[in-house]
Amino acid sequence: MEFFTVTQSLLEGFAVTCLLFVLTLVLAVPLGLLISFCTMSKVKAVKGTFKVIVWVIRGVPLMLQLFIVYYLPGMLSPTGLNPFGQLDNFLYFELGIDNGGALIATLIAFVINYAAYFSEIFRGGIESISKGQYEAGQVLGMTKGQIFSKVVLMQVIKRIIPPMSNEIITLVKDTALARVIGVIEIIKVADMFASKAIIWPLFYTGAFYLLFVGLLSLLFNFIEKKLSYYKV
Amino acid sequence: MAFLEVKDLRKNFGDTNVLKGVSFEMDKGEVVSVIGSSGNGKTTLLRCLNFLETPDGGSITVDGACIFPVETTDKKKSTNSSTKFGMVFQNFNLFPQYNALTNVTLAMNLREERALKERKVKGTEKKRLLKEAKAKNEEVAKALLTRVGLGDKMANYPCELSGGQQQRVAIARALAMSPDILCFDEPTSALDPELTGEVLKVIKGLIDEDRTIIIVTHEMGFARNVSDKIIFMADGVIEEMGTPEQIFDHPRSEKTKAFLAKTDE
Repeated sequence: MEFFTVTQSLLEGFAVTCLLFVLTLVLAVPLGLLISFCTMSKVKAVKGTFKVIVWVIRGVPLMLQLFIVYYLPGMLSPTGLNPFGQLDNFLYFELGIDNGGALIATLIAFVINYAAYFSEIFRGGIESISKGQYEAGQVLGMTKGQIFSKVVLMQVIKRIIPPMSNEIITLVKDTALARVIGVIEIIKVADMFASKAIIWPLFYTGAFYLLFVGLLSLLFNFIEKKLSYYKV
Repeated sequence: MAFLEVKDLRKNFGDTNVLKGVSFEMDKGEVVSVIGSSGNGKTTLLRCLNFLETPDGGSITVDGACIFPVETTDKKKSTNSSTKFGMVFQNFNLFPQYNALTNVTLAMNLREERALKERKVKGTEKKRLLKEAKAKNEEVAKALLTRVGLGDKMANYPCELSGGQQQRVAIARALAMSPDILCFDEPTSALDPELTGEVLKVIKGLIDEDRTIIIVTHEMGFARNVSDKIIFMADGVIEEMGTPEQIFDHPRSEKTKAFLAKTDE
């Protein structure tokens, strides 16, 4: 019976982990694409600014970024109240959602952090496409948008799948950091058991991660196979 | 008035003057071959005609219409004028993710989409017209691929085709946009020697159809046989221009003589 209740609790934590993972991924990909365009901009000021932003975000620990996103707005606000704390209360009392504010703060930090990493992968992918592909589109009268969406994009996607799968797998495990600002994800749940001297659930969480990452790996293999009909 | 008039065309890359004032004319249905050593501006000339490079000076007139310099800065207009020229590249530049047929139809279909958008056609009407156009384009593409001898390779992807076959798809793709003037930039230079024949044969077939063609080439024999006019470029200018007999049998310029002597070896 104990195994069953622990599994059930861990599953609840794992749902938060999955939610964080999916939302970060869905939001960080478009933002990353936007940042990659900015770091490739011909306008030097834009390019420079975004290069510095990417440097800062990749140069500071994700855990520190979580703290900054969570605490800094409160420190800067004239009332001295932490807006995420207020959001926590609001969501809890109005909608019955636990730790909603912390979850949103985590999401903001994760999306920005992962968008920065993704942007560099996208930049590498886009810049690796030969000039001839753009020129072929141009002499055939295509617009810039058409060249990107119909000619370049699929080639970029094929190129970036291996580095992206690496980054996405890392994201699965980075979600565990969210606990430092109070998000109750799977490891936090296990840790609560540990504080009651039940240690084994901590080890048990590994199985959840392994299973999830295993499924993701299968998915990436499938996509790679699907795209193997052409060479870039 | 000649069909294509290029006057005093200039192009610099930084401090290097690649084109130092190139002028020539050609009539509809003529074939002009551009020869000369590498690095003398032949490819840059073609790239300027196709707007892959913006010339720094001079003018280009096609069929009485000046396409460079254009007074308007309207970007749409400049894409339209660029399709007066078709271009076949040395390295084919096929789109790897599409099969041979889609490589040919893609630009045609996108042109159709743009046209419908400009006419503000929307909804089911747009869908119907687009479907019709796509079916028509597919027929055109199939006919073109059959013409270049690839009727049985339409479903193949570029990575499954030999260099010669890829270049023939590229030729069909350029023809699909029905350009007024077709440009070939060293179309056989990236091919194994045994594959150049099939590509040259296709080009010869186009020439026999009275198409207007400019070829940058190192295939002297081919240039001599098919061209109405030969342009010999040296050091960013047209050193000598004339019929194949004039250039190959009675070159006047010392540079032309030296170049021909080298290619004879």
